[in-house]
Amino acid sequence: MNIEIKDLHFTYPGGVEALRNISLNIKSGEQVAIIGQNGAGKTTLVKHLNGLLLPTRGQVLIGDWDTIKYSVAKLATRVGYVFQNPDEQLFSKNVGMEVAFGPRNLGFSGEQVQALVQDALAMTELSDKTQTNPYDLSPTWRKMVALASVIAMDTPIVIFDEPTTGQDALSITRIAQAIKALRERGKTVITITHDIDFCAENFERVIALAQGSVLLDGKTNDVLRQDSILATTYVDPPQLTRLAKRLGFKNTVRNQEQFLAELRITYTL
Amino acid sequence: MAIVNLQNVTYKYPLTHMPVLQNISLQINEGEFVAVVGPNGAGKSTLCYTLAGFVPHFFKGELSGSVEVAGMESSQSTLDEWVLNVGLAFQNPFNQISGAKYTVFEELAFGLENIGVPRDEMKARVTNAMDLTGISDLANRSPYSLSGGQQQRVALTSILVMQPKVLVLDEPTSQMDPIGTREVFGVIRKMAEQGMTVILVEHKVEWIAQFADRVIALKDGQLFLDGTPSEVLTSPLLEESGFGISRYTAVARKAHGLGLWKTDRLPVTLEEAVEGFSLTPSPSLRSASQHPQGNGERQP
Repeated sequence: MNIEIKDLHFTYPGGVEALRNISLNIKSGEQVAIIGQNGAGKTTLVKHLNGLLLPTRGQVLIGDWDTIKYSVAKLATRVGYVFQNPDEQLFSKNVGMEVAFGPRNLGFSGEQVQALVQDALAMTELSDKTQTNPYDLSPTWRKMVALASVIAMDTPIVIFDEPTTGQDALSITRIAQAIKALRERGKTVITITHDIDFCAENFERVIALAQGSVLLDGKTNDVLRQDSILATTYVDPPQLTRLAKRLGFKNTVRNQEQFLAELRITYTL
Repeated sequence: MAIVNLQNVTYKYPLTHMPVLQNISLQINEGEFVAVVGPNGAGKSTLCYTLAGFVPHFFKGELSGSVEVAGMESSQSTLDEWVLNVGLAFQNPFNQISGAKYTVFEELAFGLENIGVPRDEMKARVTNAMDLTGISDLANRSPYSLSGGQQQRVALTSILVMQPKVLVLDEPTSQMDPIGTREVFGVIRKMAEQGMTVILVEHKVEWIAQFADRVIALKDGQLFLDGTPSEVLTSPLLEESGFGISRYTAVARKAHGLGLWKTDRLPVTLEEAVEGFSLTPSPSLRSASQHPQGNGERQP
């Protein structure tokens, strides 16, 4: 299911112009990271994808649906949204019920709900915690519950808002694996992140926002090598990208594999 | 001289089965800047609570061993005596905001009101602290109308304004973008340079490597590494614990295995990595090392 954003402008009721002149196409099954400093408009932009916000001007199409013509509840069948703070979306008395809530509300049959819940719990490594109250889990695991509860809704498009905040390396790896599993199922994944290394290692396309507009949009390596443009939205390129550049490597790198490959080439000259 | 002295500290929250801190002994000297690292669930925040007196005075539970800060023993002091020596900025700033004040300025004065600081001095201290952390423009905003990053700055400022001897910070920049992080680390460094003892829980290892005098690592409630930033942050044990090490360290370790990293000392920061990789003979690397500052690279 494609996403088409046409000349989107959005002004908050107080008069703050948060988005200006945004046009983007995101194809079915793409994995996109959205980066940019605090206040750049990242969250405002993704809230347009499930109708939480409606354009002041311009148009947002989710497949053939214009968000202005469909309710948030209806759009929830196409777009799942994991909030930045899991505590804002968890309320059930155990993990199993929490994760089942979404698909049940979308009208899946009992059997389907059960299958979706099991699948989502496996993907987030929560299968042994179904009977636990989400609030008895550490914040790390509450985040995984929030992810699972949206993944279980089986929407073609999934949005993650800052999934790695406060997570350690093991948990970040777990989140990266869940995103990979979604990719393999053909889902579109859109992730807002400040964690530029995570962005470099897990996404093929990067959109950088600055002051409500699209600053850069392209393949990850092409975007991340633009260090002087990224600096205007206070984003530092990933650690290995910076190191490779300082060492004078010919190609831009974004992960350890690419770095070591370039290192070998450099040393065999 | 040790300003913090923990001896065989073991602690269990009221409703947990296992101790969250196990037999921790730790001395920290006055003016030292100590970073605390470790995977999620290692006991880092509980250690902060213990240093700040919330354990056991607020959380109750079972504490054994001795916790001494600035010559006072925790079990023999009350929380209101303790807060004069130790300030803690919480991991989640939302939990720290009093809820009793309408503006950021009043929120920052709250602690000072409670210890009876005269009105004029209170205003001066709040104004100075806001200036230091760059939040003067938020003075009349409601603490609850702020972004996560702004709330973190307010939480930090509300501790600085109390001028504690020991500053305990639990991931003070977790909700900030890189520019906010850089600014807040600038403030923390200033505090350390003025002689304040700083204990900082942090995941951003490049920053730790540049600022801390010493790093300790926790896992499963136990202190398992204690040394210089370079020793601890490049230790294979730290990586095994599940804590996210620097990409520079990880990639240099792999390069070392391939014979492409020539020294035994692994890097933590960009500069150390550039320096290390420049030691091996190679045409293109030699030209890179001749211009180490050549491209206007920002820190870190």
